[in-house]
Amino acid sequence: MAMRVHIKGGRLVDPKHGVDRPADLYIAEGRVAGIASAPRGFEPERVIDATGLVVAPGLVDLAARLREPGLEYKATLESEMLAAVAGGVTSLACPPDTDPPLDEPGLVEMLTRRASSLNLARVYPVGALTAKLGGERLTEMAELRDHGCIAFSQAEVPLADTQVLWRALQYAATFGLPVWLRPQDPHLAHGGVAHDGEVATRLGLPGIPAFAETIALGAILQLVRVTGTRVHLCRLSARESVEMVRVAKRDGLPVTCDVSAHHLHLSELDLGYFDSHCHVVPPFRSRRDREALSAALADGTIDAVCSDHTPVDDDAKQLPFGESEPGATGLELLLPLTLKWSREVRLPLVQALARATSEPARILGIDAGHLGIGAPADVCVFDPETYFTVAPSGLRSMGKNTPFLGYELPGVVRWTLVAGEVRFERG
Amino acid sequence: MRNPQLNSNGELTHLLTLEGLPREIIVNILDTAESFLGVTEREVKKVPLLRGMSVFNVFFENSTRTRTTFEIAAKRLSADVINLNVSTSSTQKGETLLDTVDNLAAMHADMFVVRHAQSGAPHMIARHVGPERHVINAGDGRHAHPTQGLLDAYTIRHYKKEFSALTVAIVGDILHSRVARSLIHALTILGTPEVRVIGPQTLLPAGVESLGVRVFPDMRKGLAGADVVVMLRLQNERMGGPLLPSAQEFFKYYGLTPDKLALAKPDAIVMHPGPMNRGIEIDSAVADGPHSVILPQVTFGIAVRMAVMSILGGS
Repeated sequence: MAMRVHIKGGRLVDPKHGVDRPADLYIAEGRVAGIASAPRGFEPERVIDATGLVVAPGLVDLAARLREPGLEYKATLESEMLAAVAGGVTSLACPPDTDPPLDEPGLVEMLTRRASSLNLARVYPVGALTAKLGGERLTEMAELRDHGCIAFSQAEVPLADTQVLWRALQYAATFGLPVWLRPQDPHLAHGGVAHDGEVATRLGLPGIPAFAETIALGAILQLVRVTGTRVHLCRLSARESVEMVRVAKRDGLPVTCDVSAHHLHLSELDLGYFDSHCHVVPPFRSRRDREALSAALADGTIDAVCSDHTPVDDDAKQLPFGESEPGATGLELLLPLTLKWSREVRLPLVQALARATSEPARILGIDAGHLGIGAPADVCVFDPETYFTVAPSGLRSMGKNTPFLGYELPGVVRWTLVAGEVRFERG
Repeated sequence: MRNPQLNSNGELTHLLTLEGLPREIIVNILDTAESFLGVTEREVKKVPLLRGMSVFNVFFENSTRTRTTFEIAAKRLSADVINLNVSTSSTQKGETLLDTVDNLAAMHADMFVVRHAQSGAPHMIARHVGPERHVINAGDGRHAHPTQGLLDAYTIRHYKKEFSALTVAIVGDILHSRVARSLIHALTILGTPEVRVIGPQTLLPAGVESLGVRVFPDMRKGLAGADVVVMLRLQNERMGGPLLPSAQEFFKYYGLTPDKLALAKPDAIVMHPGPMNRGIEIDSAVADGPHSVILPQVTFGIAVRMAVMSILGGS
């Protein structure tokens, strides 16, 4: 039941409308009903005291693996959706790399129904671009769209066959469907587990060169030029990729892109002595790459930051680096890592939060990530100044795998509301 | 980040890599090895330094030769030696690497000699067993083979005395070679002014110069004036794929033949970690010739492994 909620005394930060000022927020019928002054006759059923806290739109995450169906031993919808709201994430897109992959309407429907029954965050499935992500046969994209898929992707199984890629983009363009691609040439990346640079050379780890990304990106951009398909580029990792996207955007191509929050802070140097928590895809690259990604997110070349949430069980991480399963948990660290980044690049909070709210909502094409009058009341109330130590026990996600264990990070979520309901509250 | 193979007093507790080791530790190992060389010449080839200790040779990747040299070294120190060939397929049947290690620790292993196909596996084991037990890396993936690096350094010191004026050329498959990486670290730590790597671009890792070496694609130029030539083993499976067209072509351009060796210093020594591929990376005339110190390397290898084990066992 949607209540009438009065969030009082907070600092309202609404990036889409350029708002950053002290203002109360009034919520009724699941939507924003008033800002600064109460609507006529408003009688709150609940008052949230946000004194000293930031009141912002709930975060919108472009990549969070929920591990259902099929991979429940790593994480469950319950655990990960709880992690989402605990991290202030109110809308998330989940990639199709489940088991089986999200390539049939029935699977998508089951996922969305299960997710909405949990009453936590809103889930937007990304459908598989090819059947079983096999890279050969197109999925029924239009049908999948009708069942709730907001985009189509190959997740972590890049297309080797550029003929299939071309046709998939043509087909998607026919129906106006967006395609999300993480650029990577599978042949060049084959066998690699770390950035092909000084650290991999020193540690004797098989490398993934930066040009495995840029060559695939070049192919994708050429195909966007000829097909006109709306393409979102997922998790760029290399400095040169940023330059290529900059040029593509200047030329007016319909492309957007994101970066994982991890890659804003870490580089190949953080692998240390084979820390398998730093085994992620794409790999952490050089310090110069990291700096370029950070700067590009600040100047808007990179549109959005995502958690790239990938819960991995301990056993799969307790292996030699090259055999360990890649990925890091992220839903509960997206806000802290975004805040930490904004302080490093000295970006005002209102602009920094845009990268995790209004911008990803724009990419998803959903009415979320802002707090204008009438907007869905998806709200994150957080304390921006309190630091906490990242520890496994503090994470609600079943994935405790993060390179940030032991880090002091800023930003503690106090309340998360979805459609005007309090879905998370930190005591 | 503290070097994971040193304890809080800066003493060696594990030997995982030569990278980042203080010079004194390496020199101490070489000096200790020198004192053991006499032992191996004696009639009773044993000293009681590791009496009562159990050394487990845990080889996740087969290597009879390296395992044997560790076994001999441990026995000459009077340790009990247990050899385990844990093929990777058996761990794939269920038991994880750390389960295996826990089981062996429960059998009161004092020292693990570990070989593994994955770079970093010995680091993980060392982290897991802590400082009370000692881990010696006997080769992990492409990463490190520190006792080989030490025995190579020992051999060079034996024949050349000083490192401070040497030019050392390492030839062949640097990309896949843990031997090359460990030797490069040993040489740079010991103050070798010129370390060269020679090979086709396909066999050189990205940014190899960052290890402190000079790259020579042309073997003849790279050998000019060299005091030491280290040939690396070229695995057969590297042939005929995208890395190398054929053994014949490799031998022609990167095989060590008498005429190429003539470009090095007249008193140059030739080394090889073994097993050799005659006619692929090295000509028999060189392997068996007067410059070759390949067999003494094997003898020194036992003394060096004794030195490492006795230092770890005594810490």
